[in-house]
Amino acid sequence: MDSRRSSRAVIDPKVRQVGFFTSAPLPPDRTQSDPPDPIRSPPLADASSPGNSLSPVMIPPPRHPSDSLLRLPHSPSDAFPPPSPTTTTTSLGDFSDDVTAASSPPPAAARVRGRGSSVKQQGAASSFPGGGFEVPPSVKAPSSVPASGLTTVSVVKLPPGISENAGGSVSVEVQSDRALNSKPLKEKTSKAERRAIQEAQRAAKAAAKAEGIKTPAVTALANAKSAKSTKPSPQRNDSAVVVAASEKKGGDRSVEKDRKKDVPHPRMQYDDKSRVQKLKKRSVVKPTEARNRVELFRHLPQYEHGTQLPVLQSKFFQLDTLHPAVYKVGLQYLSGDICGGNARCIAMLQAFQEAIRDYSTPPAKTLSRDLTAKISSYVSFLIDCRPLSVSMGNAIRFLKSQIAKIPISLSESEAKATLHSDIERFINEKIILADRVIVKHAVTKIRDGDVLLTYGSSSAVEMILQHAHELGKQFRVVIVDSRPKHEGKLLLRRLVRKGLSCTYTHINAISYIMHEVTRVFLGASSVLSNGTVYSRVGTACVAMVAYGFHIPVLVCCEAYKFHERVQLDSICSNELGDPDSISKVPGREDINHLDGWDKSENLQLLNLIYDATPSDYVSLIITDYGMIPPTSVPVIVREYGRGQLWI
Amino acid sequence: MDFQVVVLAGGTSKKLVPLVSKEVPKALLPVANRPVLSYVLEQLELSNIKDLIVVVEGADAALCVGGWISAAYVDRLHVEVATVPEDVGTAGALRAIAHHLTAKDVLVVSGDLVSDVPPGAVTAAHRRHDAVVTAMICSVPVSGLSEAGSSGAKDKTKKPGRYNIIGMDPTKQFLLHIATGAELEKDTRIRKSILRAVGQMDIRADLMDAHMYAFNRSVLQEVLDQKDKFQSLKQDVLPYLVRSQLKSEILINGAPQGQQAKENGNDKVSYRILANASTPSFHELYALGPNGSAPVRRTHKCCVYIASNSKYCVRLNSIQAFMDINRDVIGEANHLSGYNFSAQNNIIHPSAELGSKTTVGPHCMLGEGSQMGDKCSVKRSVIGRHCRIGSNVKVVNSVVMNHVTIGDGCSIQGSVICSNAQLQERVALKDCQVLSLSTSVFLSLSSNEYL
Repeated sequence: MDSRRSSRAVIDPKVRQVGFFTSAPLPPDRTQSDPPDPIRSPPLADASSPGNSLSPVMIPPPRHPSDSLLRLPHSPSDAFPPPSPTTTTTSLGDFSDDVTAASSPPPAAARVRGRGSSVKQQGAASSFPGGGFEVPPSVKAPSSVPASGLTTVSVVKLPPGISENAGGSVSVEVQSDRALNSKPLKEKTSKAERRAIQEAQRAAKAAAKAEGIKTPAVTALANAKSAKSTKPSPQRNDSAVVVAASEKKGGDRSVEKDRKKDVPHPRMQYDDKSRVQKLKKRSVVKPTEARNRVELFRHLPQYEHGTQLPVLQSKFFQLDTLHPAVYKVGLQYLSGDICGGNARCIAMLQAFQEAIRDYSTPPAKTLSRDLTAKISSYVSFLIDCRPLSVSMGNAIRFLKSQIAKIPISLSESEAKATLHSDIERFINEKIILADRVIVKHAVTKIRDGDVLLTYGSSSAVEMILQHAHELGKQFRVVIVDSRPKHEGKLLLRRLVRKGLSCTYTHINAISYIMHEVTRVFLGASSVLSNGTVYSRVGTACVAMVAYGFHIPVLVCCEAYKFHERVQLDSICSNELGDPDSISKVPGREDINHLDGWDKSENLQLLNLIYDATPSDYVSLIITDYGMIPPTSVPVIVREYGRGQLWI
Repeated sequence: MDFQVVVLAGGTSKKLVPLVSKEVPKALLPVANRPVLSYVLEQLELSNIKDLIVVVEGADAALCVGGWISAAYVDRLHVEVATVPEDVGTAGALRAIAHHLTAKDVLVVSGDLVSDVPPGAVTAAHRRHDAVVTAMICSVPVSGLSEAGSSGAKDKTKKPGRYNIIGMDPTKQFLLHIATGAELEKDTRIRKSILRAVGQMDIRADLMDAHMYAFNRSVLQEVLDQKDKFQSLKQDVLPYLVRSQLKSEILINGAPQGQQAKENGNDKVSYRILANASTPSFHELYALGPNGSAPVRRTHKCCVYIASNSKYCVRLNSIQAFMDINRDVIGEANHLSGYNFSAQNNIIHPSAELGSKTTVGPHCMLGEGSQMGDKCSVKRSVIGRHCRIGSNVKVVNSVVMNHVTIGDGCSIQGSVICSNAQLQERVALKDCQVLSLSTSVFLSLSSNEYL
């Protein structure tokens, strides 16, 4: 007991008090008891002392012109004497401190926010035509009434074409139907109107080109194009007619705005009914919304889980444009066969690899444009199956930038080979090598006699434990698990098979088991730029309990999972799982108190997938660029994130 | 999606012998005045499958089926008809067309399947698990009439059911054991190794093989090549694959899943990350062996797709099934028929003529150009095209095909009357099948006889 105490005193993680000090200063005696110097340095000092060979990467100080400006208004509120600017680490900490405090808009935060706001504007803009469609039903009605009378005539005229359409995908069917209805309209559109349509289309294309693939929201445009371009040729003129018809209905609303909405915005608000309706129309999976949703989480997508899989399965042959490998991955996401950030990302990239291998550029198109559109359509399919993780989002961004960079002069086979090797390289460097580096760093933190606690099943943590075991370190592992996924069981099975000594418990017992633990290793789905760790639900609880017991919390996360977003809670962005999985207890049929719960009006089940751990509770983030305090995440994002990803 | 679809339309089945003939092979038997094959083709067309291979046994039958398909599906489907000799069995039929199969997977559908289960569901389950074979199974249909007469009900109880024994793992995704009806008398043998690997097996007798399979093409071809004694997919190939799933003898060329991902170190890591992320099925655990290092045993997966009870799924493989399907397609499963039902829940073609005081009840169908005399009554029956029915005729629970002439005062119950038959006046038929070829019937018949 004593020895543990002493060891704890050394590695007591005080880093995260930074956040507390600005908002609510702690009692002065406590701050004085801690020497001011190691406030930010303990993990770093700790890192440098045992790991001589692997000194953590020194991160250059931020070079913002406004840096000094920022520090000035801030320093009086800071409880500490201003840290000496000579050491890079302290200046680092200070800088990110500014970000977290966000009392004045620092440049990094402003940048983040600027992007966010621009995205928001897009969302707002895209919501306008939604209103436009609803306003003039009077316009719509006359156009459809006489047309319905004409439909029968055209059916007789065009039997083969119609049967072709009927066999086609559902959406096509609807469109052709509409096209038939609007056929008489086509003649009526005046020259000026047609010109307006053309202009709008051109503008949309130009916008797509200009914005490229910077933000996921813009992929909507590309996707819209792909939807148009991938249609079989007989429908082409029909679709043009549809555009004309919608143009007519929507008055002057340009087509581009309509197209923008093709892919759901990553942070779409699912409690906006009209927008959800529109989304549903486009969606491949055709989800049915769950009825009893928790009030606070209405903005997140939640569907009846039982219905999605059969619908997707039955559409097997209708998704012609989809590559089989992509379809399979989507199916595996939906059914939960693949989960975990790294695995999902690798599976997706490998599917894209196969899709690119089988890809051939259609005539009169360039590879970079058409392939980007294709990838976008795959991505929107994958989103339908399960929301993207941050890791996948970053990987997609990388892939698209690679596609965009391919010179036009390159032949198709060369371009495909380049892309193939690019993806291979991404997997190797950003995931596998990164994991190896993380393992190397993290192993230095494991000493003989340690009791390590981990939560859930993280691939990085598993590798660390196995490697430490192979090095002959003597330690014990506590695996904390939770319902309903019981991912820890699989990890436990593999570790025990390797001969590690393990303890398995559920998260309910966390406060009991934490007494004997000396270190907590956690995985993460993503690390956000304010140091928040976004991870499997329950992680925050584990980290907070460990914090209460003064046990260091080490988060292992590859740098490609870092994101510049700032998130303060786990409500605004999260994922909802299948509520049935928490109402049912596997193996205990007799526990059926919640059977038929969805029929009761006043009962809602909440199955959150992720939660956000505030940076205060994290001592150290181990990443492929070294071991960093959570306050240094924005530096990694700024210095390495974009630059590295886009090379 | 890299799938090829093969429809096994069969030839002139022996089990349906009074109904089928040279002119009317099994695939063209009318169900609600449409050939039974059209139900399969339409279901496939609905799933956007445009390229099909239809395999027909016998040259005559192939000619009939091919002619009908080209007339009915011109511009809609791209169908190739392959002729195989009679009595080669389903496996033999596939062997004969093996050189036409090129895609990664093959979907094999029986031509006599009347179902609204989307074929995509089977293929998706197949792809999801990278299976070697995926079979669709459905619950055994309730045979006989739902509101059966007394004699019919007794008959059914005597009839021995065609039992299938199907063993599945607890998640109901993998097929562990399958035995078809003929083997029921013997004791069922279950592989111990499979049972040990899975730990728990659900054995069901209320399910049956619906004869829709998704095969991995290379595996199927290899099995067909190696085991040239195999005649039937259902009785030989499928049980063989299921039996040998834990000690796979087939060389899966191109080795699916991780096999090829183990060439160098980095690929191995990514493979391991992928493998660790998913819950391993018992196949993988078994393949790993006791120490859990590298896979030591070769396995393959046999998956199963269970059609939900709300779906209709029946095979037309007996006369009773023929009656049942005809009844259901215009009755409870009427969405399959593709017709619009009238307010009285029946279909009467506008050109059909009804005499005075003639009633056509619900769940009935009256084909084009049929004429009925006065005071007739039709209940739960299908009447084909251009039939001439005299006055005072009762048709209950029956199927009357095209161009049938029925004299006055006849009473027909639970019978099938084939095309061009002629019934004289005052004939009473009960549970009979009347052959075509202008047979003239004078007598009253009952019980299970056919002419």
